[in-house]
Amino acid sequence: MTTTQAERVPPKTDPPVEKLLRMYRQMLAIRLFEERVNDLYTRALMPGLAHLYIGEEAVAVGICEALRNDDYVTSTHRGHGHCLAKGAQPHLMFAELLGKEAGYCKGKGGSMHIADPKTGNLGANAIVGGSVGIATGAAFAAKYLKNDRVAVCFFGEGALGQGVLYEEMNMAQLWKLPVIYACENNMYNEYTHYSEATAGEIIDRPRAFGVACEVVDGQDVRAVYAAATRYVERARRGEGPAFLQLNTYRYHGHHVGDIARAYYRPKTEEEQWRSERDPIAMLTRYLLDGNVTDSGTLAQIEQELVGEMDKAVEFAINAPYPDPSRVAEDVYA
Amino acid sequence: MPETATQVREISFGDAVREAIAEEMRRDHSIVLIGEDVAEAGTTFKVLKGLVEEFGTGRIIDTPISEPGFTGIGVGAAMTGMRPIVDIMFGDFMTLIMDQVVNQAAKIHYMSGGAWKVPLVVRATMGATRRSAAQHSQSLHAWPSHIPGLKVVVPSTPADAKGLLKSAIRDDNPVVFFEDKISYTKVKGPVPVDDYVIPLGLADVKRQGRDITFVATSSMVQVALGAAKMLEEVGIDAEVVDPRTMWPLDEKTLVESVKKTSRCIVMDEGYHRYGVSGELASVVQEGAFYDLDGPVRRLCAMHVPIPFSPSLEDVTVPTERDAFELARQMVNR
Repeated sequence: MTTTQAERVPPKTDPPVEKLLRMYRQMLAIRLFEERVNDLYTRALMPGLAHLYIGEEAVAVGICEALRNDDYVTSTHRGHGHCLAKGAQPHLMFAELLGKEAGYCKGKGGSMHIADPKTGNLGANAIVGGSVGIATGAAFAAKYLKNDRVAVCFFGEGALGQGVLYEEMNMAQLWKLPVIYACENNMYNEYTHYSEATAGEIIDRPRAFGVACEVVDGQDVRAVYAAATRYVERARRGEGPAFLQLNTYRYHGHHVGDIARAYYRPKTEEEQWRSERDPIAMLTRYLLDGNVTDSGTLAQIEQELVGEMDKAVEFAINAPYPDPSRVAEDVYA
Repeated sequence: MPETATQVREISFGDAVREAIAEEMRRDHSIVLIGEDVAEAGTTFKVLKGLVEEFGTGRIIDTPISEPGFTGIGVGAAMTGMRPIVDIMFGDFMTLIMDQVVNQAAKIHYMSGGAWKVPLVVRATMGATRRSAAQHSQSLHAWPSHIPGLKVVVPSTPADAKGLLKSAIRDDNPVVFFEDKISYTKVKGPVPVDDYVIPLGLADVKRQGRDITFVATSSMVQVALGAAKMLEEVGIDAEVVDPRTMWPLDEKTLVESVKKTSRCIVMDEGYHRYGVSGELASVVQEGAFYDLDGPVRRLCAMHVPIPFSPSLEDVTVPTERDAFELARQMVNR
């Protein structure tokens, strides 16, 4: 794993306990949500494709906790974590994943296209790098309309291969747009290690445009939150865009069906990340070792979430499919 | 042109485009125009000359040469409270922005179950015979016309250009608006002084006739009108119908005309194969089959890359003489 350690800036002050507990809750919510997605998918209850976010929870949560509700995010094909972290409701997410009328997109979008204006979610996008224009445009509008909002564009390191990213970073820096490019480096462009697809260093790319940038430990939610807060506030002050390289890891395959993975990455690597670098375990250790909270509090959070997720799944399974007569609705506004 | 308009004056097609943009920008602060050399240069065709002096560089925005990048910004800004007009200097560059237009703008409303809207206008040029060769001469309006979620406008007169562009700007959907380069200065016509709009999806009968219908688009409307004059001299009374928008398409007006004349030639400057001419011919044949004297015929751009040399280029675009001769042969008079 290539990281530029010198560029890490450790958090100076920790957020208050309530914030830490909220981040714990949000990360665990994503983990539990995705475990249920895996279950629904393998039981053939979920059509299409499922790209799990498990292992990367600290990235979405650390960043979204630094945002206001009316700030914008764009997401990816691996987007459930971003959507939940930005405030999406699990039962409406599950309903969409199962193709139900009650879902966020009335069953027309599915797993890869969750969108929700109420939480500033401009939409998950199934074109790799497909939302960098949208996020930059939202930042353009925020600046033009002077509404003080910031846009975060989540994308994987695979999107570094898309030329439009560089066009957008160029204009964002020229025009000092309030946009954060959040590059989740989970090290694999689908089934290919990023080093085989990425010449030079990732972080040198934003640097070439003069875009403020930092390499962040994407497994440490406190570090992600601290960096995001700094750059989001900077963007809100009108000082321009930023690029965060968030080093993280995808525990599961590219999608749920990607089971035999040994040809592109060793099992030992997966086991090492799970046992040593798990974002939820890392925060748990910090909270308990530092006596920030007690295990009873964490257990209670988990219990509440399990109940909530099970109810959400039940809601989605029981929800009706859209009537075929609605197929041609929403083509035009 | 609306019948109710009292005061008109003669202006060029290009001036009509500029007037539409200026008037809409005065009315609505959320409208900006973004593209290459649109500000001080007023585009390479000088169509936007003077706009930057009135609206400033904050609203008439020069971009880097990054068509996908600034089109993407247009999409995102349109989703978040603005009504951007994106200027694509040459319609050939549609090829560069297809992901933003086809996978993003066209689908966002549907994929989000109607949650997000994209009130975006993409202005592009079309038309050959400027000796600009294969990469600066194409008429690619068939491409967006193929995509659900997009509206496509192909005006032929100054009055239509102004009224339709105003409708496009006020529309809540992504609209691709094609302007014929030759028409900018060559085509002049009466345009009302007062504010007016022409709804998208209404064809216009440019000339009444009994013997044969020309269904003609954009640049080909003037060619069809010229041919109709020549036909008049040999006693053939041709009708010229301009659909004005490829989608929504006013099928009824096309079909009614052909039911009356029982003969039809579709004229379009797009390539002959798999273009809009095939669709228009099909609509006419499905709707007026039992009234037709013979097959619907087509006059389109020759199915070759557009050549440079004048002696070669001129044979690739249908002329008044071509239309005259084909019509005469079909009417057999």
